[in-house]
Amino acid sequence: MRLSPRTHVPRWLTPFLAVLALGITLALTAGPIRLAGANPGAAFNYYLLRPLTSSYSILEVFLAATPLLFTGLAALVAFRSGYYNIGGEGQFIAGAIAATAIAGALPGLPAVLALPIGLAGGALAGAVWGLAPALLRVRRGIDEVVTTLLLNPVALLLVQGLLNGPWRNPDTGFPESAPIPAAYELPRPIPGARLHAGIIVALLIALAIWITLRHTTLGLESRAVGLSPHAAAFSGIRVERTMLKGALTSAAIAGVGGASQVMGLQHRLTGEVSLGFGYTGIVVATLAALIVPAAIGAAVLIATITVGAESAARALQLPPQMGRVMTATLLLVTVCIVLFRRYRIVGWRRIFRRRT
Amino acid sequence: MSDPTPLVELRGIHKRFGDVIASDDVSLDVRPGEVHALLGENGAGKTTLMRILYGLSAADAGTIEVLGRPVSITSPKDALRHGIGMVTQHFALVGPMSVIDNILLTSSGLGPLDRRGARARVLEVVEHLGVSIDPNAIVEELSVGEQQRVEIIKALYQGAKVLILDEPTAVLVPQESQALLEAVRRLTAEGLGVVFISHKLHEVAAISQRVSVLRHGRIVSTMPTAGASPAELAELMVGRSVAAVLREDRRVTSTATADDAPALLRVAGVGLAGESGAKPLLNDIDLTVRSGEILALAGVSGNGQRELADVLSGVRRPTTGSVTLDGTDITNASPRSLLEAGLGRIPEDRHGSVVPDLTVAENLVIEEVDRFRRGPFLDHAGIRRHAETLIERFAIKAAPQDRIGGLSGGNMQKVLLARVLAREPKAIVVAQPTRGLDVGAGEYVHQQLLERRAGGAAILLMSEDLDEVHALADRIAVIFEGEIMGVVDAETTSRADLGLMMAGIRAAELPSVAGASAVPPRGEGPA
Repeated sequence: MRLSPRTHVPRWLTPFLAVLALGITLALTAGPIRLAGANPGAAFNYYLLRPLTSSYSILEVFLAATPLLFTGLAALVAFRSGYYNIGGEGQFIAGAIAATAIAGALPGLPAVLALPIGLAGGALAGAVWGLAPALLRVRRGIDEVVTTLLLNPVALLLVQGLLNGPWRNPDTGFPESAPIPAAYELPRPIPGARLHAGIIVALLIALAIWITLRHTTLGLESRAVGLSPHAAAFSGIRVERTMLKGALTSAAIAGVGGASQVMGLQHRLTGEVSLGFGYTGIVVATLAALIVPAAIGAAVLIATITVGAESAARALQLPPQMGRVMTATLLLVTVCIVLFRRYRIVGWRRIFRRRT
Repeated sequence: MSDPTPLVELRGIHKRFGDVIASDDVSLDVRPGEVHALLGENGAGKTTLMRILYGLSAADAGTIEVLGRPVSITSPKDALRHGIGMVTQHFALVGPMSVIDNILLTSSGLGPLDRRGARARVLEVVEHLGVSIDPNAIVEELSVGEQQRVEIIKALYQGAKVLILDEPTAVLVPQESQALLEAVRRLTAEGLGVVFISHKLHEVAAISQRVSVLRHGRIVSTMPTAGASPAELAELMVGRSVAAVLREDRRVTSTATADDAPALLRVAGVGLAGESGAKPLLNDIDLTVRSGEILALAGVSGNGQRELADVLSGVRRPTTGSVTLDGTDITNASPRSLLEAGLGRIPEDRHGSVVPDLTVAENLVIEEVDRFRRGPFLDHAGIRRHAETLIERFAIKAAPQDRIGGLSGGNMQKVLLARVLAREPKAIVVAQPTRGLDVGAGEYVHQQLLERRAGGAAILLMSEDLDEVHALADRIAVIFEGEIMGVVDAETTSRADLGLMMAGIRAAELPSVAGASAVPPRGEGPA
């Protein structure tokens, strides 16, 4: 029995592997849930199904999926061009800071200007936060995993410094900014629900990335650079320039995500603007095997588990971290299973025959 | 003459890698006090055989005996326990540590280190070896030759009675090579056995008592070195020509290159410096390829072919010299400008020049995506048509949307060939075009290259396969240690002479040219 590279990926394979990964994850997490004193069946019901049973909780899932979609797409774009941007967290926070700053500096703008300017400011700030590591990588070959990662705590400290210093709320004295003007608040299309227009922005970005990767020369060059920089350079593609574009686009998307979180949900800047969304975005991109439509599914899935983990904690007295255990297991299983998209097992039928 | 019991004896060793037979019923022994040279072209199976002896690979069949007793060697640790040490081409040394610490790393005891005792023993070994080396020196500050000595000392320190040296002079400058040969003589005088792997005839003649010639995994001859003439060894090493028939075939269909054909590709004085202190990788390379001509660059692998291909393909920048294509200077040109200037490149590393996870169609257009765009968008229909046309024209067994990484070597090579030839390049640099291909695919590649030659392209063919060189080339240049030994006519030059040139004899010094019978000693060439 051995692995042999596939020439062609059958259509049924990817959905089949997704279901397989989920099945293996359930089997693996049943043990820890049992040990924590709950019935695995009931817990899975809370984690995966209940959040999708009421329209209110479905909208909450989409709300939770919004920042993950931004950061997931950010990671996806970077990874596709061979740039390992681990700095989505910092770029997300930079975008949140920028949106807050713009709202504070230009309070009188009408919504039709305020919304695009706020989001664009977030994108710009994210790109600026990602610029130094990208240039260091492209010009000097300095490993971006380290530099982008190290800029994350810098962003976090910056936001905390601002909130405990100049931006501290003058009315309450809490370490959070004053509320942003109403013109900067992203519309909430469904009455009574917190879901905001940020998700539409995220879906439009997903569509744009999907079209770019599949149907443009930039996308083809970017994929070539990501898959095999050596061969891309040999073929006359400007590897550095292409990678730089991918890196900055990635950082900008994460920045828009931060702006959307402030303008859509929190309406002010707090120290907890990102609950590790930048890091979870890497999980989203990996779970989705860097496929854009799959990233939407992965973001919704992780959001479902996150929302479900809260109610499971209340109803079943499961530790809230169990949701993370589940997400992490899913990630590890997926990474292993993805292998079978590239390889097929040769010779297992023979083993079968020998036994009978 | 009664032979003493061999220190080590290999019997009937077989080893296959997939479809390639690396060792085919090989038997070999090493006696105390002798240097047994193992001679052969690259890919002949020398290193595989020695890796088996040193426990780095497992043989499929065959036995190993040490002092007449069968032993099982499954790891270098086993090998060392039986007194077999090996110095590979890539040293296993920790750069920032001292010589003595590197040697101590080999003894994996648990207790405290006995540095003083170890130092005394190392100095003892060093004395036997007759070289000078400071045990406290930091390894990465030593020259390549000194590092190699540290490796030898390491093996001896661990009690090696048989030393395998895998192309030990490949990385050395002539003076260091002399010192190494001197050290080897001292060791054998004390009863050690040495296996000396090489493809350099002059060294083999200078150091060994017996020589075994390997070709295609088989030992074609084992004989006393004293009785073997260099010409005979060269012929054994490269084999008799089987390309004559093929060559006749093509001479009928193709005409000789016109003497007044314009020189399209000119390489003038190209040099490439080695890493600090090492000898240059390329030294003053001058080559001219005319329109409608195939110039083959022959040589044993690792003599600078890959570096020259990299320079010509725009992957590496030469330290000196210039390259021109039809009058255009392309010395430091980017791959993109090379393509625009009309250069086609089919490199040795097929997997490194296609993107394995992209489709056949995408790989076919990746060098010229701008031709297949509509605004920012890809012209999918055009790309597909382009792929279908080329698949048909070059008989590629694949669909446009197949991942190219999943194709067979022959089909992948055809895709590369299609990508290059579709642009009708003025000059083509092609390296090892048929390596790993089956006969049919190989012939197809040859035929396509000959067609482009007939179409007026200048083709520089780098090949280690002399059959291929003979089948295709109009003229043959031989490269050795980064220098051109000479450019000769393909029709009139014998295989033995090519073998000698590949082993470092200049064309002007060939016995057939100069009338000399012995191989002149090396070392007087430009350093």
